[in-house]
Amino acid sequence: MDLLDANLELKEIQKLQGHSDRVWSLAWNPATASADVPAVFASCSGDKTVRIWEQSPSTRFWDCKAVLEETHTRTVRSCAWSPSGKLLATASFDATTAIWENVGGDFECVSTLEGHENEVKSVSWNASGSLLATCGRDKTVWIWEVMPGNEFECIQVLQGHTQDVKMVRWHPTMDILFSCSYDNTVKVWWSEDDDGDWSCVQTLGESSHGHSSTAWSLDFNAKGDKLVTCSDDLTLKIWKADVPTMQSGDGYAPWNHLCTLSGYHDRTIFSVHWSREGIIASGAADDAVRLFVQGKDGLMNEPSYQLLLKKEKAHDMDINSVQWCPGEKRLLASASDDGTIKVWELATLS
Amino acid sequence: MQAIVIVLCKVSVSIGDIKDPEHPYSLEELKVITEDAIEVDNERSYVRVTFTPTVEHCSMATVIGLCLRVKLMRSLPSRYKMDIRVAPGTHATEAAVNKQLNDKERVAAALENPNLLDMVDECLAPCYA
Repeated sequence: MDLLDANLELKEIQKLQGHSDRVWSLAWNPATASADVPAVFASCSGDKTVRIWEQSPSTRFWDCKAVLEETHTRTVRSCAWSPSGKLLATASFDATTAIWENVGGDFECVSTLEGHENEVKSVSWNASGSLLATCGRDKTVWIWEVMPGNEFECIQVLQGHTQDVKMVRWHPTMDILFSCSYDNTVKVWWSEDDDGDWSCVQTLGESSHGHSSTAWSLDFNAKGDKLVTCSDDLTLKIWKADVPTMQSGDGYAPWNHLCTLSGYHDRTIFSVHWSREGIIASGAADDAVRLFVQGKDGLMNEPSYQLLLKKEKAHDMDINSVQWCPGEKRLLASASDDGTIKVWELATLS
Repeated sequence: MQAIVIVLCKVSVSIGDIKDPEHPYSLEELKVITEDAIEVDNERSYVRVTFTPTVEHCSMATVIGLCLRVKLMRSLPSRYKMDIRVAPGTHATEAAVNKQLNDKERVAAALENPNLLDMVDECLAPCYA
């Protein structure tokens, strides 16, 4: 990969302040960051609010366009935009998930999803925007169907994790759901047919080269045939599956461990995100952002991943979330316990 | 960083069956925390506290651990990283307690519980008397 030969740095473009407590999560609006649509992202915080940030076409800097407050009564832990970019789902410790719609610049809460017994920790939309998944400390994963008129109906409550579920994410192209948990495993949930029941078809646990402590987050490569997971055990793990088989309707194909990246992180890795170009970004409790890419020296069937660069002291405190911006430029946003969000550009050293 | 040691030693807890809030025992008096149980690395801005619960099945272990963490958070500059753990071999569910005490998200959620926060504040208040 030429990236490894290039002289790159993660340049700080902007530091965004506004939240009055730690920023837990951020999400780029997938329908923005193109030629005519300025890049927009949402951030959520321990201050119980969600902030919407939009890039100014003239200054190229981000301004806070809206503060979504007086809805959640506790920490807002996670946020996710629908694929169309029209709706924003926010998951909170107050046990609810709120759905917001942009109505002429103002964000209105159009629905509140209740059901979890306690803190909701993550929310994710499937590729088509027809399904929503949530998870929480009550050890369950909920699947909701998106109906007309901003109605949401819970179609199933998935049990299986033995502890707090930290994060859920849908596969980028298929309706397969993944969840990460305090029980150290990543579970894969699948439904045979459209109206069928969802069940856990695979558990990536210690016996299958899985993590030895809490799994905090996961993401997929652009093709959707590789998965990266991160954990309190200080490692990143890469997994691979025979996606063409699954896509052709020949049933479920299991994910197999490809490699483990260890020795790079000193403290818990809270977030991992895979760019369209193949760069894996990690955000950790040691205040650093690290970038990894597939190496050149790996054998044909055993690709290796190498550290591209490490940005120490990217923030003054733990980094909770790292997210690549959709769009042409190599922009990365990071959210921290220090209450700030930073936007970075991966650029060649000048 | 002798100040941290003194500060932590003075953290008080009222023990379950000793219902006398006027005279809580400090963690130092109970030998839950001792000077050598606190490791400080100022260069790396890191603190590790090892505490010994009073009895092996002490259900107060997570509360004590939480009090210690809150005390540290309120006393140290925000750049400090901290690990809290029970002394190896002193608690029946040591791994489970340690995991919970060091899960930042679990701690944050717990501290949003007003009852728990009140309890922690009560434990820490006598230090300022």
